[in-house]
Amino acid sequence: MTAVLEATGLGKRYRRKWALADCTLQIPAGRVVGLVGPNGAGKSTLLNLAAGLLTATTGRIEVLGARPAQGPTELARVGFVAQDTPTYAALSIADHLRLGSRLNPGWDSSMAEDRIEQLDLDPAQRAGKLSGGQRAQLALTLAVAKRPELLILDEPIASLDPLARREFLQSLMEVVAEHQVSVVLSSHLVSDLERVCDHLIILVASRVRLAGDIDELLASHHLLTGRRRDLSTLPQDQQVISASHTDRQTTVLVRTEAPILDPAWTVEQISLEDLALAYMSTAGVGGHRDHNGRKTRGVVRR
Amino acid sequence: MIQFHLETSSGLSPYLQLVRQVRQALRLGVLRAGDQLPTVKDVVARLAINPNTVLKAYRELEHAGLASARPGVGTFVTATLADESLAAHGPLRKDLQRWLSKARLAGLDEESIEALFDATFRSVTEAGVA
Repeated sequence: MTAVLEATGLGKRYRRKWALADCTLQIPAGRVVGLVGPNGAGKSTLLNLAAGLLTATTGRIEVLGARPAQGPTELARVGFVAQDTPTYAALSIADHLRLGSRLNPGWDSSMAEDRIEQLDLDPAQRAGKLSGGQRAQLALTLAVAKRPELLILDEPIASLDPLARREFLQSLMEVVAEHQVSVVLSSHLVSDLERVCDHLIILVASRVRLAGDIDELLASHHLLTGRRRDLSTLPQDQQVISASHTDRQTTVLVRTEAPILDPAWTVEQISLEDLALAYMSTAGVGGHRDHNGRKTRGVVRR
Repeated sequence: MIQFHLETSSGLSPYLQLVRQVRQALRLGVLRAGDQLPTVKDVVARLAINPNTVLKAYRELEHAGLASARPGVGTFVTATLADESLAAHGPLRKDLQRWLSKARLAGLDEESIEALFDATFRSVTEAGVA
């Protein structure tokens, strides 16, 4: 398995504050990766480190097997769309494409022109006059026409209306289907990415909370409901992610590779959105021990 | 050619929804052996879903012997799930429509109709009649 991005103990500090800490990750090739977390979790920091726009304070990061942006070859292999899909307001669409062709050795001009035509955009139009959705599509066009192996997109759809979001993701998936490019894109909402991603990374408070292929994550998490009981009676291989109790009932989210055999539980599958929310909402109390000395991740008692 | 759609509230994973829609089209005779399934690119461009989701669904259909991929061309239906019983679909559908309008006249809403159907279907299946 080749990794498109590999980080080991990666950290970035701004003055006293760690924007990203102790980040160890391996993203396999050929995936569409959703990087999810609340605002300020470190998503942009991680993506900017991967794009080579920032340098790490600690640790190591490799993108496509090399230090990010170390030379022209490495730059050509990665497409990056920064937050809010920036373009040059005073330049026309045609100017943008010309700029792209001059700056990128592998520029695919027919692909760029086809996309602009398909989007029904006027090449003479200035980027400053485009709608948010059109500007995002232009930024995506510039990033994909350099024919990268990895495409990094920082919150590309956050500021778009629902229709423009859908159109942007349709375009992006079309590119993935046609050119087998690996993608990492961030959002603070899982629901935005649920359909398009097959790999998920959850960042909370500068740290990686969860990372893995979505199919595997969904298969290894179970929502158990049953009569109120002490969680220390759970089998050792069941890691408690979150739990809540009423006076009669206990609901607990566990992670385990083994099947749930206890007939006292009603076992339900959890949706990706609920799974991500469980990890994000238990972030602050991570890893404390309850009165039985059992390691849990944030137990909510009602 | 059929067109896929996705229901986010169905609880069924997207790839299973695609598989089910093909199976349903085969059962109803909408798709026949030799028909081409939408290309991966068409499906992702329409539904904004991950291409691997479509590939996974098509692989499952191949595994079930219902479709086969021709490299560079597309994926084609190779078998059918419709049988002689297809001819009976028309009259049965009419009976069902009559029954549905009767149920509505009696004041049943959609939820009650579904609940009644599910419960009856289950009891009949358990009794071994169906």
